[in-house]
Amino acid sequence: MAMSNEEVEEFARKCRVEIVKMVHRAQAGHPGGSLSEIDLISALYATRMRVKPDQPKWEDRDRFILSKGHASPGMYAVLAEMGFISHKDLESYRVLGGVCQGHVDMKWCPGVDFSAGSLGMGLSFGMGCAVAAKLEDSTRRVFVMLGDGEIQEGSVWEAAMAARHHELGNLKVILDRNRIQNDDFCEVQMRMFDIPAKWKSFGWSVKEIDGHNMSEISEGLDFLENTNDGPAILIAHTIKGAGISYMENNPSFHGAAPNDEQFHQAMVELGEVEG
Amino acid sequence: MTRMAATRDGYGQALLDLASNPKVVVLEADLGKSTKSLHFRKQYPERTVSCGIGEQNMLLVGAGLASSGYIPFASTFAIFTERAFEQMRNGVARPNLAVHLCGSHGGTHTGTDGSSAQSIEDLAIYRTLPNVVVMHPCDDVSTRELTMQLPALGKPSYMRTARNKTPVMYDGRENEIKIGKGMVLKEGDDAVIIACGVMVSESMKAAEALSGEGISVTVVDMHTLKPLDTDLIKSLVDKCGVVVTAEDHNVIGGLGGAVAEYLSSNCPAPLEMIGVKDRFGESGQSDEMLDLLEISSPYIADAVKRAISRK
Repeated sequence: MAMSNEEVEEFARKCRVEIVKMVHRAQAGHPGGSLSEIDLISALYATRMRVKPDQPKWEDRDRFILSKGHASPGMYAVLAEMGFISHKDLESYRVLGGVCQGHVDMKWCPGVDFSAGSLGMGLSFGMGCAVAAKLEDSTRRVFVMLGDGEIQEGSVWEAAMAARHHELGNLKVILDRNRIQNDDFCEVQMRMFDIPAKWKSFGWSVKEIDGHNMSEISEGLDFLENTNDGPAILIAHTIKGAGISYMENNPSFHGAAPNDEQFHQAMVELGEVEG
Repeated sequence: MTRMAATRDGYGQALLDLASNPKVVVLEADLGKSTKSLHFRKQYPERTVSCGIGEQNMLLVGAGLASSGYIPFASTFAIFTERAFEQMRNGVARPNLAVHLCGSHGGTHTGTDGSSAQSIEDLAIYRTLPNVVVMHPCDDVSTRELTMQLPALGKPSYMRTARNKTPVMYDGRENEIKIGKGMVLKEGDDAVIIACGVMVSESMKAAEALSGEGISVTVVDMHTLKPLDTDLIKSLVDKCGVVVTAEDHNVIGGLGGAVAEYLSSNCPAPLEMIGVKDRFGESGQSDEMLDLLEISSPYIADAVKRAISRK
């Protein structure tokens, strides 16, 4: 899809509006990580993913695995922008019977390929999808988004080791390095030291970018698409809650909804209403 | 002379038989020599995924493969499958992805490796997962047959196999084995013994001993714990009046638990449960373990008499 960086930025802005509306309406959910990942997922879907929104189960579609599945509002907003689901469907977020379950779920929502909710599982699942594509000689790619706190889960490293062992060049990870996890900053909860060096030592190709700069994101996605001799990871430095001033770098908004006043302020900051 | 064989060999043979289906893939966690998936790996290395010693990853690689149209068979020791329980719960059972997990070396019968290797809770924990079929066959023939039926199941499964050889029950009766259908191996009127795995042959021995005392019992091989063959249980309760369950597993939550759940709500009858009495085992030969834990045939026979005395 040919879309300029400016157009992707506008795509992402619209998604930000929907993210805030979803968590405000539900008075629950995870705005912080949805806002940190949204520029990345927007660019990925708007410019790279080989998918057919009218055929969500198309066999040779690229897969996107949102391993940090609590950041579901970000993915739902993108799926609505892409036409997999309607904007009306977004009102079903966390509502009984709704396609937008609290955590992304392949059994409930068109366009979702992984039932998430428990951290540290998406890379292994993505590896299985990548092995399947390789067995079939399919050119489809598997993109997995991990959170930075999430890589504290040991099984992530089982998968990292195995993906390189099996030379899965079709497996591409984006790490949302927003530096905050549920209780506090990652640095407080569990220091992770040199994250790029860790992945390099597992045999992965690594690139770091600013996860809110569209031209850097574009270069980063080029890197992922062009690295095919083994697994690759794009470490995107992001800001938790990016785009809403009072949520930015604020651990309180990992998993809390804005009140009515904060909601109004967010809509003003996103240019939806006059201040 | 009764042929002796290990259920894990039936599993290994079934994988080879299934290989003609190009969608069948095998996942290993460094125990293929023990679980017997090695035969498949040797002939079909391109369809075998080594996951190293990483069971959690293995289960979810299986889920990813299943979501892409493949039929993954993953195996390791029963005890190590438990390490990946949440992956089985959230990554496999919840989205109902047809990953087939085999836990070999289950139960105390596995012997001298000691209590760390003797899974006595696997059947209980997998039984609690929606969508998951749970099996524990008693011989290599039924293991092979049940495994062969898994691709058509379309839902995930857990099967416990065992390390050591046990008497073969089903030579020539392959066609009678069906997932979810208990097998009546011996008919009698005074009590019914419902058993699984290695305890099926122990129950047959108990039945033999009891017949010498004028007590006739029905013996059922309940190779599928879930879904439980409740129609068969109901008809045998109507006929015999009392039930004994026998399993190489904790008495909590396994076959005895499943039968008790059914009986108490549907057709209350005296029930005696033979199983490991909520304790861990130790190193010892398999027959020594069954005696130590009071689950070998004399204990089953005693339980039958207790059950009958409650009529």
